[in-house]
Amino acid sequence: MPDLLIELFSEEIPARMQARACDDLKKRMTDGLVEAGLTYAGAAAFATPRRLTLALEGLLSESPTLREERKGPRVDAPEKAIEGFLRGAGVTRDDLEVRDEKKGKVYFATVTKPGRPAAEIVAEVLDDTIRNFPWPKSMRWGAGSLRWVRPLHSILCILTDDAGEAQVVPLEVDGIKAGDSTEGHRFMAPGRFSVTSFEDYAAKLKRARVVLNPEERSGHIWQEATNLAFARGLEVVEDKGLLQEVAGLVEWPVPLMGEIGAEFLDLPPEVLQSSMKEHQKFFSVRNPKTGRIEQFVTVANRETADEGATILAGNQKVLAARLADAKFFWENDLRIAKEGMGPWLESLENVTFHNKLGSQAERIARIAALAREIAPVVGADPDLAEQAAKVAKADLSSEMVYEFPELQGIMGRYYAAEAGLPEDVAAACEEHYAPLGPSDAVPSRLVSVTVALADKLDTLAGFWAIDEKPTGSKDPYALRRAALGVIRLVLENDIKFSLSPKLRHSVFSVFASLARDYKVAQLEVHPGDGDQFVLLPFHDELYNFEGRNAVEAAATAGKLAFADWSHSAMSFDHNTAVQAKDVALYSDEILSFFHDRLKVYLRDQGIRHDVIDACIAMEGNDDLALLVKRARALQDVLQTEDGENLVQGFKRANNILTQAEEKDGVEYSFGADPKFAEDDTEKALFAALQDAENTIAAAEKGEDFARAMAAMAALRGPIDAFFEAVQINSDNEILRRNRLNMLHSIRQICLQAADLRRLEG
Amino acid sequence: MIDSSGKPRSFQEIILRLQAYWAAKGCAVMQPYDMEVGAGTFHPATTLRSLGARPWAAAYVQPSRRPTDGRYGESPNRLQHYYQYQVLIKPSPPDLQALYLGSLEAIGIDMETHDIRFVEDDWESPTLGAWGLGWEVWCDGMEVSQFTYFQQVGGHDCHPVSGELTYGLERLAMYVLGVDHVMDMPFNDPDAPIALSYGDVFLEAEAQFARWNFDVADTDVLLRHFVEAEAECDRILSEPDEDPKTGRRIVMALPAYDQCIKASHIFNLLDARGVISVTERQAYIGRVRALAKKCADAYVLTADGGYAA
Repeated sequence: MPDLLIELFSEEIPARMQARACDDLKKRMTDGLVEAGLTYAGAAAFATPRRLTLALEGLLSESPTLREERKGPRVDAPEKAIEGFLRGAGVTRDDLEVRDEKKGKVYFATVTKPGRPAAEIVAEVLDDTIRNFPWPKSMRWGAGSLRWVRPLHSILCILTDDAGEAQVVPLEVDGIKAGDSTEGHRFMAPGRFSVTSFEDYAAKLKRARVVLNPEERSGHIWQEATNLAFARGLEVVEDKGLLQEVAGLVEWPVPLMGEIGAEFLDLPPEVLQSSMKEHQKFFSVRNPKTGRIEQFVTVANRETADEGATILAGNQKVLAARLADAKFFWENDLRIAKEGMGPWLESLENVTFHNKLGSQAERIARIAALAREIAPVVGADPDLAEQAAKVAKADLSSEMVYEFPELQGIMGRYYAAEAGLPEDVAAACEEHYAPLGPSDAVPSRLVSVTVALADKLDTLAGFWAIDEKPTGSKDPYALRRAALGVIRLVLENDIKFSLSPKLRHSVFSVFASLARDYKVAQLEVHPGDGDQFVLLPFHDELYNFEGRNAVEAAATAGKLAFADWSHSAMSFDHNTAVQAKDVALYSDEILSFFHDRLKVYLRDQGIRHDVIDACIAMEGNDDLALLVKRARALQDVLQTEDGENLVQGFKRANNILTQAEEKDGVEYSFGADPKFAEDDTEKALFAALQDAENTIAAAEKGEDFARAMAAMAALRGPIDAFFEAVQINSDNEILRRNRLNMLHSIRQICLQAADLRRLEG
Repeated sequence: MIDSSGKPRSFQEIILRLQAYWAAKGCAVMQPYDMEVGAGTFHPATTLRSLGARPWAAAYVQPSRRPTDGRYGESPNRLQHYYQYQVLIKPSPPDLQALYLGSLEAIGIDMETHDIRFVEDDWESPTLGAWGLGWEVWCDGMEVSQFTYFQQVGGHDCHPVSGELTYGLERLAMYVLGVDHVMDMPFNDPDAPIALSYGDVFLEAEAQFARWNFDVADTDVLLRHFVEAEAECDRILSEPDEDPKTGRRIVMALPAYDQCIKASHIFNLLDARGVISVTERQAYIGRVRALAKKCADAYVLTADGGYAA
């Protein structure tokens, strides 16, 4: 069985696209071949900056012959129909077979599809793969019409049989004829050479200074780099993404280690790392004793007679120029930082956060107000929290962050410290962005936690207010991450915290910002005064807006005050339309968005989604820490025998009761009377319910959910015994009603702990 | 003839060698466009000539102005006025990478001791409504050129595709000549009776223009000029194709494009004066782009742009 080797040789393929292109080439080719009947034993794909390679082992030499039976018309069908069938099946009348079917004699034809040689199929599939390759970005070149990631120069496509004989697959794509030759390293081994098999190809490439396998290249780079560092008592800072990228920039990797000029060693390590990584693709090399970044490793694409001396000197010079820039930024920034960062804060008014959500300065004002409000709940000093929120994004105006956006927050912390701000405030500048992902650490400093919460709540409220909610896989503003961030901040710091009022505050603050921006009216929030807010219209401009009636009402009154949050507030979309929206509606939507994220988060921790549902249905579901405590307690009790059986008993009680209520059209909520209790089990249940009710009420008050759940589970025995001994639907109507009222008590008491109706099974 | 053996010794020698190299490769060696532009791409020999099907091959030096990059001549490598070397060949030849590498050898970069790399860098000019795919070319970690296959210019798909090479001449020359500060770079032969450094030629100019760009330029006048250039561009293009005086069909894409260049440069000056806010910035860029598109639309209606009566 032959082996297939394909190489698509082009100008330099962007490093970030190579891995994906390997997968796509392999998948598209193998899918196409298998679909055409050519199976294979093994496949491997490789990429270098200039080539994509696919090697298939044990390919069938031709596709199998296929026989297919086709049912035709009846023997007595019109001649035209029979002729049509013959044409379609590609057979003559003599080939037809007549069979007796229920409806009479029917023609059958056996169609044979002969197998096709592998070369023919490979040519077709490869042509299609090249023409429809899913590059993230592709281009045309010269006068041709073919698209590829960069100009495609040659196609190598050979089938090698068991005897080692290679045959070129005849194929031509947009003037490029497939052959059996390729090129080695552009500079170290120019010129073309022919190959006869994959082994031959890989071996000749290596002689021509090309390491085909990207993993071999990255392995070599890492090993050499760590050896170079180790020899000087240093260590390379690990960076897998950079390693993969660098391996995609070279065919013959030669790591070289160089020094960072002494005048730059005092720059913050993050600045050194960013400068070296982003612009130069250097690895940072650290002194483990001091923790400082002192050297770098760059990876050249060739060996030279001077062992890389010229290359290293050049790289060092470029780095020095880059770091001189960074140092210039750092020193300029420090001057402004030491004077308190005033100019930066001012210029944030001109930095757009989002074109519909106004400037960073407005956003910061909202976050600061919210942080102040949240601080007592978190246990942070409100003054510090507000101060931290106000300066947390100042570094966005700094020169360093302008140059290296990924250093936002990190620089903020340095600069706030230089400005002489308290340590907690400086730390919050960096930490308020956290957690950035599911594995990122959650801050524990209370000021950081406060600002982080306010920042994320404002983000959610803002994008909700302009209707930019996540849909399906689209979440361009990372709102899911923000919500998960809030969840983790609250849970991991065990903060008792009712979300809803804060959400309403946030949503309303956003509306107020929007109103100011569009000069409709000035909305003032007075969260302290019993959740009151006030709308003060601006002079005449508001009459220019649609839906002005609502605003006119406000104008007439001179000002408008809503007594509570449930009233309509004004929201203003990006144009001029004014619509009445409900603050409460938005904040409820965001709360249920939190609940959805919470389910995902807790499912990963093994808590059943229906258990969470049973707890979300309870009062106080906007306190996430409380909600999770309840869910954990419920999950625990459900794993006990009593708990599991209690749920069955509860459901039985609930079903009987619900049916009776529907049938009788009444609610049995009067409370059962113990004097009608006939049976001992009935009396025992009375007593048990009384106990459980008291215990659960007390436990709920103390948020001791384990105790509440245990009290509920303890009802299992009495309930089971009761159902065992007593017929609910007694002929005696008084007894029946009393028992139904008793079932109602079971329901009500259990529902104090969790909504068991939402449990599955 | 230019002696291309050995290392070049001055800034101008590098330019002369590039001119000789690309002339030998069949390019029309053109002169700079006589207007202030931000980059060599703005020269009509690139922007407009990349449109339409007529083959084209040109190389030239283009003085370029970036007012915001001014550092009063103090920065070792930032200038508000600098030179780009620009090559445009349409259709892009299959050996363009090799031709380019040959040009580096011509200016004394030895491929055996240096590390040349093509690193992904897609080019986009929001003001020209243009984009292409290509690389920045690294020599020992330093970006020495931009290499682009034009895909779209002025909103028009490029058919055939032009290959564009842009060399940042000062940076490249500093590297080749081993100079650390641009002002120290020999401009002419360092052994000439009157040896001139880059600073001798440009230091004063850098300081004077930096002062004017940043603090003195009259923003009201500039704002007015911007609006006037915009209006003039529109007006030129609204004229009928047929010239009433000669009775000939004369579509005035080039004069209109001059106004587009003018507007673009005025925008850069306003930007340097710091009078354009972040949001306004996008709007200004959009206005220049609209002009560039209109000029491209007009250019494809000229004979050079592929129009056939």
